[in-house]
Amino acid sequence: MEVAAKLAILADAAKYDASCASSGVKGRRPGSPTGLGSTAQTGICHSFAPDGRCISLLKVLLTNACIYDCAYCINRRSSGVRRARFTPEELVRLTLDFYRRNYVEGLFLSSGIVRSADYTMEQLVRVARALRVEHGFGGYIHLKTIPDASPALIAAAGRWADRLSINVELPTQAELNRLAPEKRLVQITGAMERIRAGIDEAQAERRPGAPRFAPAGQSTQMIVGASDATDATILTAASALYRRQRLRRVYYSAFSPIPDSPASLPSRAPPLLREHRLYQADWLLRFYGFEAEELTPASTRNLDLQLDPKTAWALHHREHFPVDVNRAERAELLRVPGLGVRNVERILRIRRWHPLRLADLRTLGLTLRRARPFLLAADHTPRPAELDALALRERLTAGRAQLDLWGSAVSAQHGEL
Amino acid sequence: MTLTRVVCAAGWAAWREAARRLLAAGVPPERVVWAAEEEPAAEPALGLFAEAAGAPAGAAVEHRVPRRFLEVGETVACHRDPQRLALLYRVLWRLTHGEPKLLAVEVDPDVHRLLAMERAVQRASHQMLGFVRFRAGGEDGLYVAWFEPEHPVTERVAPFFARRYAAMRWSILTPDRCAHWDGHALRYTPGVPRCAAPDDDAIEALWRTYYAAIFNPARLNSRALRAGMPKSYWKNLPEAELIPRLQREAAPRAQHLVARPSTPTTEPALRPGRAPCGEGEPRA
Repeated sequence: MEVAAKLAILADAAKYDASCASSGVKGRRPGSPTGLGSTAQTGICHSFAPDGRCISLLKVLLTNACIYDCAYCINRRSSGVRRARFTPEELVRLTLDFYRRNYVEGLFLSSGIVRSADYTMEQLVRVARALRVEHGFGGYIHLKTIPDASPALIAAAGRWADRLSINVELPTQAELNRLAPEKRLVQITGAMERIRAGIDEAQAERRPGAPRFAPAGQSTQMIVGASDATDATILTAASALYRRQRLRRVYYSAFSPIPDSPASLPSRAPPLLREHRLYQADWLLRFYGFEAEELTPASTRNLDLQLDPKTAWALHHREHFPVDVNRAERAELLRVPGLGVRNVERILRIRRWHPLRLADLRTLGLTLRRARPFLLAADHTPRPAELDALALRERLTAGRAQLDLWGSAVSAQHGEL
Repeated sequence: MTLTRVVCAAGWAAWREAARRLLAAGVPPERVVWAAEEEPAAEPALGLFAEAAGAPAGAAVEHRVPRRFLEVGETVACHRDPQRLALLYRVLWRLTHGEPKLLAVEVDPDVHRLLAMERAVQRASHQMLGFVRFRAGGEDGLYVAWFEPEHPVTERVAPFFARRYAAMRWSILTPDRCAHWDGHALRYTPGVPRCAAPDDDAIEALWRTYYAAIFNPARLNSRALRAGMPKSYWKNLPEAELIPRLQREAAPRAQHLVARPSTPTTEPALRPGRAPCGEGEPRA
């Protein structure tokens, strides 16, 4: 099979992984001065696909053949999909050809499991090692890690890669048992712990020339809507991963069934909005000081599809409002619907010299329709009745769904809420 | 009222020199008419004043300006809007005449406009890092790109390419300014027309194959595509010629997936999450 034909199959098979990040590496990889490539701390998008997603890396599988039979996966053993396999040399060549022409920041390499976990992992590591050692490649490398590969192979992967990732796919072992019987959650989290230890160790040893270990950290992905897991379960699992394994990023991927999928899977796709709401909630956990339990309390285990999770929270906690933009603390401002992290920082800077009025907030690009009932400005006090009104929810939801759907691709990139 | 007419060459150094003289002479912004020249001055400090009525060079008062203004100014000097010259001077004047904290007041109309210009230049620079496409042109291993930046930022971003592609020899040609790297040093030359750039590279066919395969037709989102990659860039991106066809065929392809005939082996497919870029640290 020609390289072009393999590329078509193995890129198509890789597009179900949501990650595309090429960011998070500080400083330059020590390499030969004649080497090629660098990493940018903020990441660079080199193109955008017609689905609105950033293309930053050459994202491909080494092979889409797999000995596992995870019900939700297009590449599973029993799937009728066409199979292909790159040789490590072909992948190295393709990466360098794309990189030299400035098409990509680097390579995101994943694979189906062939023969054994160790055999497959060894093949992935071989590609990364060849790029780094034989070609002095200093660009970005993201390697998918196979949890039951030997610790020595995972250590080698961390040495050559900027980022490692293991997809947990489902938030509990019970669900894995049903849909991905070969996967063990403890094994996955155990491998993440080992990666975390490797990252910690490399960071502690901060002398020049010290070997690196996944300097851009690790990430994972969870499928949404393939099982009965509630948003509460998913977000709780995500917070634990952020806290314990210190992941940089959890991605959420809405499951989409097609006819004749195994009976263990639901027959309907979850609304894409659900995935979007999970991303919004994820941002609230990481940058806005929210806890998973606050966003999905015992009374409502799933996020509100009609409202962003911060507005939904605010409507249930009207006693915290209104918040005075000219006096409130950072943490309080971050909880005002329609006020993003960036604007909170701006407000804190501006108000030292200039009291903020509604017109100023409009100048900053705030979504006043959403924020107005919840804040006080120099020339604005919401009528108490407005905040207490039962109709407030209806007013805030009107016309939003449309906006949210298009914005989903954009807002997930900078996470302003 | 006497008006002072200032013809200012492109680039930050030229503006700074002109502004320093005007400020020293105490010429208020409403009495200056700025005119921009396209090309940077050969000697940045020369030929700044066409008719410098009442603006003696090097007057008594030394004004101190916040470091942040120099940073913003250097960036905004790359904006295409000719109004940038007058705006920069008005803000400089206000900073040095009783409003030293002006830059913190981002909602002030002058500051708001100035910072919007700063962001536009930063955005254009970042886009150039991603959207430049090299073509392996001649037999001598030279890589050449043709690029049309939204603002003339070639000199801002060329050092990045020199670090990244240190081992290659390359040229980036633009209508404003061209950058050349010979493996040792960066060199700049005046802008050129598009025909100076090579028009093909065999690897582009593979890149288009990749672009078509990584797209998920079930999640067509044309508005997000245009937000991330404005249409003005499409004409120089080899993959962009596929966009209309991919968009047109998306709905039938997605439909086809669902309508596939029933066989026991049909696979379920995952819809990927929208792939958020970066780590999600909100932009500063």
